[in-house]
Formats: sequence, C-alpha cells, structure tokens
Amino acid sequence: MTTEAAALDPLAEDAEVLVSVENLCMHFPIFKGVIRRQIGVIKAVDDISFDIRRGETLGLVGESGCGKTTAGRSILRLYDVTGGRILFDGRDITALSGEQLRRIRPRMQMIFQDPQASLNPRMTVSSIIAEPLDEHHAATGEAKQQRVRELLDAVGMNPRFANRYPHEFSGGQRQRIGIARALALNPDFIVCDEPIAALDVSIQAQVVNLLEDLQDKLGLTYLFISHDLSMVRHIADRVAVMYLGKVVELASRDELYSDPKHPYTKALLSAVPIPNPKIEAARSRIILTGDVPNPANPPSGCRFCTRCPVAEEKCHLVEPEWKELAGGRRVACHLAS
Amino acid sequence: MPTVSEKSPLVLEVDGLKTIFHTRDGTIHAVNGVSLHLRAGELVGIVGESGSGKSVTMMSLMKLLPEPPAEIISGTVFLEGLDLLRLDPAKLRKVRGAEIGFIFQDPMTSLNPVFNIGFQIMEPLREHLGLNKAAAQARAIELLELVGIPSPADRLGDYPHQFSGGMRQRVMIAIALACDPKVLIADEPTTALDVTIQAQIIELVKNLRQELGMGIIWITHDLGVIAGIADRVMVMYGGLVVEHASVADLYAQPRHPYTRALLETLPSLDGTRTRRLLSISGQPPHMTEAPTSCPFAARCAHVHDRCRAENPPLATVSTGHEVACWWSPDQVPPGSPS
Repeated sequence: MTTEAAALDPLAEDAEVLVSVENLCMHFPIFKGVIRRQIGVIKAVDDISFDIRRGETLGLVGESGCGKTTAGRSILRLYDVTGGRILFDGRDITALSGEQLRRIRPRMQMIFQDPQASLNPRMTVSSIIAEPLDEHHAATGEAKQQRVRELLDAVGMNPRFANRYPHEFSGGQRQRIGIARALALNPDFIVCDEPIAALDVSIQAQVVNLLEDLQDKLGLTYLFISHDLSMVRHIADRVAVMYLGKVVELASRDELYSDPKHPYTKALLSAVPIPNPKIEAARSRIILTGDVPNPANPPSGCRFCTRCPVAEEKCHLVEPEWKELAGGRRVACHLAS
Repeated sequence: MPTVSEKSPLVLEVDGLKTIFHTRDGTIHAVNGVSLHLRAGELVGIVGESGSGKSVTMMSLMKLLPEPPAEIISGTVFLEGLDLLRLDPAKLRKVRGAEIGFIFQDPMTSLNPVFNIGFQIMEPLREHLGLNKAAAQARAIELLELVGIPSPADRLGDYPHQFSGGMRQRVMIAIALACDPKVLIADEPTTALDVTIQAQIIELVKNLRQELGMGIIWITHDLGVIAGIADRVMVMYGGLVVEHASVADLYAQPRHPYTRALLETLPSLDGTRTRRLLSISGQPPHMTEAPTSCPFAARCAHVHDRCRAENPPLATVSTGHEVACWWSPDQVPPGSPS
C-alpha cells in the first residue's frame, strides 16, 4: 500500500484551466393547465462557479436532486443554459449552436450512470463504439475497425467481442464499453455521471482503476459526479459539494475531508458509514432532520438553513456569498471562516 | 446497543435451504444450502453482491417466490417451532406481516400508489390483529409517530407520492412493525436513499431495536452500514454463506479471501489514501449448476488444487466464527503453492 506522495500537478495554483464555469444557471420552467401556462421554475443549477484544471479530476458530490447531473450536462452544453458562461479551453461555448457546437463536441464526452440504459441493445459493441467515429467522420473502413479494436483493448476487453451485443456482457463490462465509446474521439474532458453507482462493490474498484489508468495515459480531465464520498476521496483531486442547486464548498480533497468548513459537508461526511465496527460504535453522527426542500421553492437566505444544525437568524435572511478562504478553498456559509 | 445473550430464545431457524429456478435456459442454483439462526433482539447482517442469493434466501423462507419457476428443493425453516415451508397457504398468510415483517429496497414500488398510507398501515392491523377501524387508526398514528413522521394524524390520508423517499421508507417500516413481528427482514432498506437519509433510517432502526426487541435480518451490499448496526454478519457468495462471525471478529480478522478482498477494495473516508484500489478480478459465478467446487475459486488470490475439486464446508475456526475455505490466513495448507 503506497500513500499519496507529493501533491498532484493540477493542484498547483497556476495550473492551466480547461473548463471554466461562471455563474452558471439552469432553470427548468414548470407548466400547468390546458394552455401550459408557466407557473414557476425549478432552479436545478443556480449560479455556480468553478474551474476545472487540465489533467485533474474534480469530484462533484451531493444528494439526489441537488443538481449535480444537471450541472454536468449543462457544462457539456446538452442544455441551453439559462444564464452564466462556460469557457472550454478559453473559448466561450455558452451560446454556440448548430455546426459550431458540433465541432467542439468530440473534445468533451460523457460516461453515463446506467450501463444498461445507455447502450442500444440492438447495436453490436463495435457499432456502438464506432458511432461517434461515424458521426464525426473521424475514421472509415479498416481504420475504423482498427480504432474499435484499439479502444476495446484500452478498456481491458477482448477485441474479439466486437461483434457481440450489450446483453451478453455484465454490468462492469458494459460500463467499459461506455468508456470506450467516450474515448473514441480522443476527448480532453469527460463528465463521468455516477459511473460506478450501478455496479457491485468488487466491480467498482475495477472501473475506477481503469478510469485512473486512462487519465494517466491520455491526460484526460474528469468531472466525476458521485454520491459516494469515499470513492470521490479516492479518485478526485479537488471536490465540490452541491446542495439544492448551489455549490456550497470547493476545496482540495485532503482539505475537504480532513477539515470540512460547511455544515452540510460536515453532516454529509458524518453520515457515511465506515466499515469498521469499532469506529462506528464510537462515532457521533450529525443527523440532519428532514428532507431536501423543493427546488421550485427554495428557502430564502442560505438554502441549507432549514436543515442546518448551527443556523442563525442571519442565515434565514441573507444568502451567503461564495467566499474564498486561505489556500484557495471556497465556501458559501456565513459562519465558516 | 443491547447485548444479545446466548440465552435469548431462537426465533428463526433456517437449515440447509436450497432454492433453484427453472428457466428456459436451464436451472439456476440461486441458494445452495444456507443455514441461519436468529435470536430475539439480535440483528444479523447479510452481505453479498447482487446475485449472491441473499434476497432469494429471504424470499424463500417466507415462500414469497412464485413456484414455478422457483422451487425450494431442500431445507427447513422454523419460526418459533412453526414449520414455514410445510404450512398451508392460508396459515402462511397469517404469519407474513404478523410474525414476520418485511421492508423492501425500493419504497416507491413496494407501496401501493392507489391507496393512502393510512389504509396501507391499517390493513395488516385489521387483518391480523382484528382491530376495528378506530383502534387501527389510533395504532397507525402511534406507528407513524414511532418512525418519526411529523404530524402523523394529518398524514394518514396522504398517498405515497406525497412523501419523499426517506419518508416512504419510514412508512414501510411502520407497516412492517405494525403487528409487532418477531422477525423483521430488511432487504437493502437504505440502498435507494441518500446518505443523510440513510443515517436517519439507521438511527431509527437502532432505537426501535432497543424499544421492541425483535430479531432483525438486515440485507445489504454495504459493509459500512453493517459495521454500525449488526451483532453478527454472514457473508454470502454464489448462493452460499462463506463466512459467518460476530461483527467485531469479521472486521478485525476476516478469514475468507472474499471477505478480505471486499474489505480491501473499499476506499476509506479517513486514514491514508491508497494510490490504487485493490480490485477483485473476474466476474461472479453463473450458478447454472450446484457448486461442486469453491464458487470463489476463479477469482481467489489463494486458490489451489483442492478449491477446484471440492467445495469447502462451513467450518468453525473460533467461537462463533465460521468460514468455508480451504485456505487459512494463519498457515499455508499442505500441497499448495505459497
């Protein structure tokens, strides 16, 4: 067992930024009635800002419904965002559309949560992986087949399986096929949306190791969306915590796990069960009361104030700013310092 | 946490349970001889990957599987002396929900969306305990209060979709507890929930256990959850129990290579962070035939010839610690490459 030696490169302050998200908002309208009148909006992502540095893995954690998947999909421009800016490699992609957007797509890809639903059951593995190559006219004929074999090999699958169908594979293998497809066009940036959530524990480690190997080999940048805080601690260089459409804390992995500043991060970490009965017996948990409020009608002030164990009067009235603390970490809480 | 003494009465005794499924592509041997003993007030955790047979074991012992395709080919199940597998269907219905409570994984699909939750909680009360409407209603309110649902009297008329995931799971727990069962079977009760809600439910079960003193079987794939709540743990693989120990023993001295590997693959929240996760190579077995060799042999780091020839029986290695493995972490067995 080797421990983390020196800080990784992407953690350096002057590291090159690949994706920059500025005040990103993604609101979904709610329609009601016969004439489909708009009666409100769901603020799935509401004014979030962060940078993703080249070569790093940024972990994005939060509970279901906090907007982490929407954030990932907005950054890839799978939605027309409501507000804010997304800079990819220095270029503003917020307003791109049509052919211009298509041109930039090969550089950013996605790996989906459910390997069952994200592969077309009627296509062979080879045609699934070759689809992005066809779509972007990247390779044809023998070159294409060669590339498919290369990709299968890269994700640790036997290239002879190229003509089989997704149902012939297990969950872990299907996820590898999804990874091969995401790699087909040599992207710089991959959004991994809960890539291991649907897999068994013993298979999760295989897929995470594969993602790390590929990152080392191909210099990939990941946005790793997950609700599994222990796995994020393993894979991420920096971690952003989301709650109800807001990023509430962003820090390097070691800082976040050893010294969480936001009360929500603290509660989240304390809720994770630890596989050690001695530690579990001695642990005192912060049990949050209640559920995540409705994002169509978020509480005023700090969004966490309804469940926060340390909330003060101010928290119910004034929205906390996204302030920077020492060491470049950021937190949105009145009480943190 | 209450300590369960050896003298607590046994409430559930399962011996040599085997369940197979007849499918078009042949027979699937899902459960291959599982034995399980549960005392009153005890919480036994069952850990395993999907397909390891943990849910099928629980469904079998209450005869909840449709037969065919399922068939229980051998084994006995006694609930306080009552032979469940040989009970006629009418009597069995009286046991289910009354003597044995069940909590399923997904609270959305296990509650009926067209009935309000008051009706669903009152149904077992009226069916099994013969309470009248007013008494059942009073008891339902009491139960909802017990599982921590705010203003319970106002919520009896609400439908499942009006509750959040965590609240729905609380309603499920209230239904399972309605008739004061002797055994509560919780099949992945927190898997579909967020961690903060999972922590709430675990806290709730811990408190209820102290109050009610029933035997609980908690099925999960999460070794972290089990560490915090169980007294004993059974690890299942390929339809077999491969290791069985008290919770302290299992985590401190895991003996089966599968248990050891599972614990090693888990990334931790604190302590040193490993550069690379250890992983168990390969895939779980297909189970198309009854095991004649160790089901874990193909993925095991300590495999030797005997593992491929003979399936190891569950053998006691120390008090209360049983392992089904030919290999031992203390010594290298004769005739194997070290």
